[in-house]
Amino acid sequence: MKRVFVTVGTTSFDDLIARVVAHDSVQILKNLGYNQLVLQIGRGTVVPEPFSTESFTLDVYRYKDSLKEDLQQADLVISHAGAGSCLESLEKGKPLVVVVNEKLMNNHQFELAKQLHKEGHLFYCTCSMLPELLQSMDLSTLKCYPPGQPEKFSAFLDKVVGLQK
Amino acid sequence: MLSILILAATAAGLVILLFQRLWTVLGPHHVTPRESLRLLIVAGSGGHTTEILRLVGSLSNAYSPRHYVIAESDEMSAKKIHSLEELSRAQNDSTTEYPKYHLHRIPRSREVRQSWLSSVFTTFYSMWFSFPLVLRIKPDLVLCNGPGTCVPICVSALLLGILGVKKVIIVYVESICRVETLSLSGKILRHLSDYFIVQWPTLKEKYPKSVYLGRIV
Repeated sequence: MKRVFVTVGTTSFDDLIARVVAHDSVQILKNLGYNQLVLQIGRGTVVPEPFSTESFTLDVYRYKDSLKEDLQQADLVISHAGAGSCLESLEKGKPLVVVVNEKLMNNHQFELAKQLHKEGHLFYCTCSMLPELLQSMDLSTLKCYPPGQPEKFSAFLDKVVGLQK
Repeated sequence: MLSILILAATAAGLVILLFQRLWTVLGPHHVTPRESLRLLIVAGSGGHTTEILRLVGSLSNAYSPRHYVIAESDEMSAKKIHSLEELSRAQNDSTTEYPKYHLHRIPRSREVRQSWLSSVFTTFYSMWFSFPLVLRIKPDLVLCNGPGTCVPICVSALLLGILGVKKVIIVYVESICRVETLSLSGKILRHLSDYFIVQWPTLKEKYPKSVYLGRIV
């Protein structure tokens, strides 16, 4: 089983959902060897009908308390540009495609996704470019995302507040 | 005439005194060696809470007691705080002293997309709750990373210094999400905090007085 997880966060991203379940996208995913597609659609109005055939399964839901499990089980994550889902996917070492919502272009949330893209941790595209990107991307070129270093923060703090070692 | 002069002189005196106090509180100060310190943590909500708890998780047991401030109705943060603190208890063996922690709730100071002017009013309103709380806790250190809720807390902490009650060290950590621009609370607290930490080099270049330690969450 190879699984793709699509997440739009707490709001909605109808264009992405429509794009990803379009016939050509699904065909590309099948060709790449994926046979399960799970969509988290938030409060979107595009609600694809779930189905299950021998070669392909589509699951759809709006929200869950935690996306941890779905991220964990995914072989590929396609996500909106929200910082939370980007970071969580990368921390779990999942190949990540961030799709930006052009309708929200000036949102500061994009800063992080853009930067992480610049550093080679994820792929980045708009809805219309998604099929092309899926077709051409080489997951092995993604750089792994090293965990942050809170110990540097605590060492700094210990020093400036005057805690004895 | 004389009374106006006296009044003016008193007012001028007060202003000078206020500036002198501000200068002392905000200016450089000596590091006093200590064994432990009272910590006040503002857990903003959502991603802010996740980030700040990662930082708190790296702190030693010398940071005790820990007072968490959360916005009213933010059950998610309350849950995350309990699970972090319980986890550290589970990891410590029963013979070691673990940090004590408390949870405090204050009204939200700024909802997302609230206008600037009305957030000024709600911020004053939350000062009404924040100041007595900070006065009661008398923290040595305030640790925060936005959003709005932390501004009245930091202003209250600053007031403790101005009033001569206690010099509180204010540490602000800008969110990992901020690569090129500061958040609104960052823009305000950059001037009021003792240490202003950013997590991307672009921000360090723009704000040379900030502290850059790499990515810490």
